[in-house]
Amino acid sequence: MRVRKLLLSLVASACVLSPITVTQAAEAEQFFPMLVYRTGPYAAGGSGFFGGIEDYYTLLNLRDGGIGDVKLTYEECETAYNSDRGVECYERLKSKGPTGATVVQPLSTGITYRLIERATADKIPVMSMGYGRTDASDGRVFPWIFPIVTNYWSQNTAKIKYIGMKEGGMDKLKGKKIANLYHESSYGKETIPVLDNQAKKYGFEVKHYPVPHPGLDQKATWLQMARQYKPDWVILRGWGVMNPTALKEAQRVGFPAKKIVGVWWSGAEEDVIPAGKAAVGYVAAGFHPSGADFPVIQEILDTVHGAGKGNISPQRVGTIYYNRGLIAGIITAEAMRTAQKKFGTGKSITGEQMRWGMENLNISQARIKELGAESLMSPVKVSCFDHEGGGAVKFQEWDGKKWNVITDWIPTDQSIVRPMVETSAAKYAKEKDIKTRSEKDSYGSDCTVTS
Amino acid sequence: MLYREAGQFKTTYAADQAIFPILQDRWVFWGFLIIAFVVPPLTGSQYVMGPILTQLLVFGLAALGLNLLTGYAGQISLGTGGFMAVGAYACYNFALRVPELPLVVDIMLGGVCAALVGIVFGLPSLRIKGFYLAVATLAAQFFLTWIFDHVGWFTNYDPAGVASAPSRTLLGSWAEEGGPLGFLAPINVLVSGPRATPETKYLVTLAIIVVLALLAKNMVRSSTGRAWMAIRDMDIAAEIIGIWPLRTKLLAFAVSSFYCGVAGALYVFTYVGNADTEAFDLARSFQILFMVIIGGLGSILGSFLGAAFIVLLPVVLNITAATLGEGTLSSDTLSNLELIIFGGAIIFFLIVEPNGFARLWQIGKEKLRLWPFPH
Repeated sequence: MRVRKLLLSLVASACVLSPITVTQAAEAEQFFPMLVYRTGPYAAGGSGFFGGIEDYYTLLNLRDGGIGDVKLTYEECETAYNSDRGVECYERLKSKGPTGATVVQPLSTGITYRLIERATADKIPVMSMGYGRTDASDGRVFPWIFPIVTNYWSQNTAKIKYIGMKEGGMDKLKGKKIANLYHESSYGKETIPVLDNQAKKYGFEVKHYPVPHPGLDQKATWLQMARQYKPDWVILRGWGVMNPTALKEAQRVGFPAKKIVGVWWSGAEEDVIPAGKAAVGYVAAGFHPSGADFPVIQEILDTVHGAGKGNISPQRVGTIYYNRGLIAGIITAEAMRTAQKKFGTGKSITGEQMRWGMENLNISQARIKELGAESLMSPVKVSCFDHEGGGAVKFQEWDGKKWNVITDWIPTDQSIVRPMVETSAAKYAKEKDIKTRSEKDSYGSDCTVTS
Repeated sequence: MLYREAGQFKTTYAADQAIFPILQDRWVFWGFLIIAFVVPPLTGSQYVMGPILTQLLVFGLAALGLNLLTGYAGQISLGTGGFMAVGAYACYNFALRVPELPLVVDIMLGGVCAALVGIVFGLPSLRIKGFYLAVATLAAQFFLTWIFDHVGWFTNYDPAGVASAPSRTLLGSWAEEGGPLGFLAPINVLVSGPRATPETKYLVTLAIIVVLALLAKNMVRSSTGRAWMAIRDMDIAAEIIGIWPLRTKLLAFAVSSFYCGVAGALYVFTYVGNADTEAFDLARSFQILFMVIIGGLGSILGSFLGAAFIVLLPVVLNITAATLGEGTLSSDTLSNLELIIFGGAIIFFLIVEPNGFARLWQIGKEKLRLWPFPH
């Protein structure tokens, strides 16, 4: 009897709630899947990043009514940074909305790897901003994958340049010892070849130390690394809880924090605050600063959070992860605008049209200023040849309260990265029997220009 | 009322030894099997066939493998993820380096490699039992994933250590157009890689799993299975009545690892499409162990029920929470709600029935035989 009542009430509630979920088909919509992770060991990154993207989409909807009379819609699916769940979420969301998923942003190198072939087959672009598969920068082999802004290898060359700068010149790197402490995952392993390559070029010594997921146990690694190997610099290639743990372990074995250089997934507030004083002086890379003193963020605070429609607690607006998500939102929106310019406004664009928009994206300094994001992001120009779009890297130091930018934009060293990208992409193309694009395709992407 | 076996007489030994001695069970089983083979491909939904059903089948198979070892032979193992990885990487290398081989053979060879590795790591079971054995198999887990992480050959020197499944056909490259067995080309469908259809992937997975589950069922009904259970219940007594522990235990490890290896290979080739060691870490081993415990130790059906609970319930909760709670609850709360309800469900089911879903199923069947007039 009780069971029947329960069932009846469930059916009744489903009937009551179902009209709410039916969306109005009257106005044009553009659907974006959100593969979020608000739980698990990497929740700090996931909630901040997706909070940023969603806030930006909400701002565009509230302020401009979307982009070109097309409302931006999205649906979340929790992955908990788990690759299996990522694939499940992708499959669940890919055909929602009038034209299916417009672009997928997994915010996980592991999920990106799992989606490369699926998305290519489904004709849905994948934007892996500052993460993912590095050699996908060669758009001639990976038409659907966009590691926009700066890929891992490029970032790594800028980091070695920074270390060289601190040592007083790249020639001073000779004989120096650098330890690479990495998260043992596809993400962590990604920079091993480029470091080995640079070690040969500049004459320094590099040793790689893996830390198993999630990275809470590093005692033995730090003892071995700091006491036995005694490196001059440590590159922290961590993610989530591994970062504060590394900084605390460094303090325990007496390794100075200012000799640790982190990647941009190790350089957010959430990575250093739990380490307390151990993090003071620690330096991390970034392709954007933190802070809320940018017109676009102020507008979000007023328009979106002011109306109670924020997707994250207002205190976290302006943190590193939030700003990163915001930039991802800006780039996506600009790519959609680019696509609309060619294929027309007022109607939903397809994944293929979005891909064209991303491949022909050009966000100039003037446009960045117009968007109210001056000095928040650097210009991006994507082409078929270069899916990375050529960003630069700034380094920032944690002073115990906030991140301070301590360098200007440091350009990456494409003379090292690009040949490696091309070799690696060519190997992939051969293994997978992919025809490298070398001419203008039917969508008008020009692959004849190779610079 | 419907579930009555009155009047069903068995006149042959074969009928007496049938897997499903009750006629209604047979009907339900065949009906279920036909539905499983026909309905999902007809719906054409990639979501249902891929992340839902194929994933369920693959993890069900891995749980079945572990269940043979833990549930039937009584040897606790935490190396499931490692054995799955052996199957996955072995299959990958066979497929990559010997494209002439049919993919099914690659998958089976992956299982064989896992079985051989399983025998090696099963050796400690001859001297130690229980928790100590669990720790010894833990070594297998760490050692195997370490090897695949650090020896580049296994992943064909991929910089990120990701083995991406090459496109391979059911019958191998010889049976392709223009090959020596070219007349087989029309039925030589693509099974792995991005161009393979979800229907093929699902049907191949299902077919392999049906065959392996049938084998497992017969194995545990035969002298092999009885020897395993004797060892599980009391190894000294088993030895006295003439069961050779070395052979029995190592066979259990070999068969179990074979199943896990095949599951690993299927995970890479028909489900995800690529793999790195993250997919086969310790968390995976625990996940499979939980499937076995929740599904029911020593039950073939239980393995699949446990897999369904662990793999599908979070997805169902997630979808339900997202649909019902949209607009009313914050997304943070919704994400955490899934964990809360899932954790609650585990505790609830373990209190209600500590012997797992398989036992619940059995009780249900017994009640049904008396329904509607229980005495």
